[in-house]
Amino acid sequence: MNEYGYIIYLLILPLAVFLVTGLAGKHMPASVSGPLGTVSMLACAVMAWVAAIRYFGNEMGPEGYNTIIAFNFPWLSFTEDLSINLGIILDPISVMMLVVVTTVSFMVHLYSIGYMKGEARFTLFFSFLSLFSFSMLGLVVASNLFQMYIFWELVGVSSFLLIGYYYDKPSAVAAAKKAFIVTRFADFGFLAGLLILSWYSGSLDFPVIIERMTDFNSPYLASATGATFIGASMLTWALSLIFIGGAGKSAMFPLHIWLPDAMEGPTPVSALIHAATMVVAGVFLVARLFPVFYVIPSALDLVAYVGAFSAIFAAIIACTQTDIKRILAYSTMSQIGYMMFALGVSGINENGTGYMASMFHLFTHAMFKALLFLGAGAVIHYVHSNELKDMGGLRKKMPVTHVVFLIACLAISGVPPLSGFFSKEEILTAAQHSNLLIYYTGLVTACLTAFYMFRLYYGIFWSKPYESKKGAEHHHGEAPFSMLLPLVLLALATIGAGFVPFHDLVTQSGLPILKVFHLGGAAIAVGAGLAGIIVATIFYLKQKESPSIIAEKLGDLYRAVYSKFYIDEIYEFITKKIIFNLVGRPANWIDRNIVDGAMNFSAYLTGLFSEQAKEMQSGKIHHYVIWFFAGSLILVIMLIVI
Amino acid sequence: MAEVPYQHILFLSFALFFIGVYGFFTRRNMITMLMAVELMLNSVNINMVVFNKYLFPGELEGLFFTLFIITIAAAEAAIAIAIIINIYRKFKTIDAEDVDSMKF
Repeated sequence: MNEYGYIIYLLILPLAVFLVTGLAGKHMPASVSGPLGTVSMLACAVMAWVAAIRYFGNEMGPEGYNTIIAFNFPWLSFTEDLSINLGIILDPISVMMLVVVTTVSFMVHLYSIGYMKGEARFTLFFSFLSLFSFSMLGLVVASNLFQMYIFWELVGVSSFLLIGYYYDKPSAVAAAKKAFIVTRFADFGFLAGLLILSWYSGSLDFPVIIERMTDFNSPYLASATGATFIGASMLTWALSLIFIGGAGKSAMFPLHIWLPDAMEGPTPVSALIHAATMVVAGVFLVARLFPVFYVIPSALDLVAYVGAFSAIFAAIIACTQTDIKRILAYSTMSQIGYMMFALGVSGINENGTGYMASMFHLFTHAMFKALLFLGAGAVIHYVHSNELKDMGGLRKKMPVTHVVFLIACLAISGVPPLSGFFSKEEILTAAQHSNLLIYYTGLVTACLTAFYMFRLYYGIFWSKPYESKKGAEHHHGEAPFSMLLPLVLLALATIGAGFVPFHDLVTQSGLPILKVFHLGGAAIAVGAGLAGIIVATIFYLKQKESPSIIAEKLGDLYRAVYSKFYIDEIYEFITKKIIFNLVGRPANWIDRNIVDGAMNFSAYLTGLFSEQAKEMQSGKIHHYVIWFFAGSLILVIMLIVI
Repeated sequence: MAEVPYQHILFLSFALFFIGVYGFFTRRNMITMLMAVELMLNSVNINMVVFNKYLFPGELEGLFFTLFIITIAAAEAAIAIAIIINIYRKFKTIDAEDVDSMKF
């Protein structure tokens, strides 16, 4: 225990709330469970902020910000060398993540009190939210790979529970299963990579792994790079497998298919889990192991190209979707792609602009994407539909939501001086100095992002007047105060987050790096965003025929994009047709005929024997007596003879 | 008075025991079977007394054991008769052959 020992309460508090509300279940009224969860999350947020202020204020050493093990508890010690600890590690990225997770989680708790009002399983919802907060906080402070893996899976479970919250809706059940299975499949990669990495480095602790795997004189690194498998070194394999795990959680192509469907969950959940916190776990994982990734350039390239491809791929799909939450989901995937490729193009130490930019974008994105989702939630709350065609002209009905949504849209489009501008500009600068292909991909994505965000914005708030819609008769006012307050707070955060000096605080080495600001580069980035906004304004400010005419002209291409490039269908084909027929059916046959057959045969033999044996049990006392005497006689004879 | 040789007494006990066994096997009336069991118990009692007297003349354990067995036999008879009465109530017979529902 040291002065940061209280960070452990950040984990214990949500866990305790989860247990209390989860066990109380429906016996606890909503008026208790909602405030209980919210207040505990507020306490966590305050603790996280205090810790962050103290950490960034006091812990600057000569080698940059100190890495502090605030808590360490040997959990499973198998041998001298192999033990699994549970610990809390504090370094710039984990402290930053603590702040992000607790803050967004608090906002979402507060918002949910209004949004989920009247739900039958309100208390259960809050208990799941607490479980998620606990898992996510455990993940970010994990001091070793195995602990991170445990919390990683816990996060997956809570995501599953919350997506499937409306379990009487078949689509929600299917989405929950899909999310769980896809991420679980990717987690196999994480587990395998974790085992390989810890086997070669002889440790599970992050500081030890990083120390042993980055020192070019260490025997550990030599053995990991020396051993090869199918043409790549074991370290490359380990890192690629770990990245697959991260890509699954962060919805990178081609493991992204679960994220859009995950929008079946309640909107606050989408904001918290599938936008602001959980989906950046993959980015966080790569950042955690970044020095090791840097040793293997090909692994880093994989991160960069997968990230860049996912960014533009998702942005293209987002332009055609009509469900507002799905648009935001694809936008999330695209922005996480940004963070990934920023890591992929990053250098190390003082060249770590990409790393810094990635963390910066993670921070700002958490704020404005949570705001976008919560704003979308307020809109859905008002119109009772997710479809863009049921909306329009809402700017007079929901003035507050309108303003905050506009702020978030401008931020994500990279318009100065909002937060998204700063982080996106840093990412593009980093890419420009490293890989031009990725830089241009990023620029095009920035343009597309602005376009689809403003298509969404105009579709909801402008376009045609709302009265023309069917179902426009319910005229309750704008969302309740508990929903508006988080929106306003997050809007303020969205405006202010860009001014946090990340290049001083959250860098790869812990030492401040020089902030490079090129007016030209920034102008190009902003120009790309503005171009997207202008095009969207032309098409969507008023309801026009031109967008559908263009869609008509594009024909098959448009349909392919609208159907998300048929990725789901491809998965369906592979799993249903190929895996089921080639693996599932033979396995089924073997199970039914050989495994079950052996069992049935032995049962049949036993039955046959007992059919005969039961005849001895006649129920007649005299038979039993004869057996009894015969037995005693034999015993006596044996005693005499032996 | 000349002492009775212990072989005689043991023979009596032996005969008594197998009369009991024979009775237990051949009778079907439960009360007769109970009486046969009592015969076997008494043959054991005689055995105890004889061995006590001829092997350990100064000791008393064998005699005490006999007393125990007599007491327990009395209790056992009470319970057995209670059981027989209940069987009679249920089956309207005390023939052991007819009470054969104690099976699979």
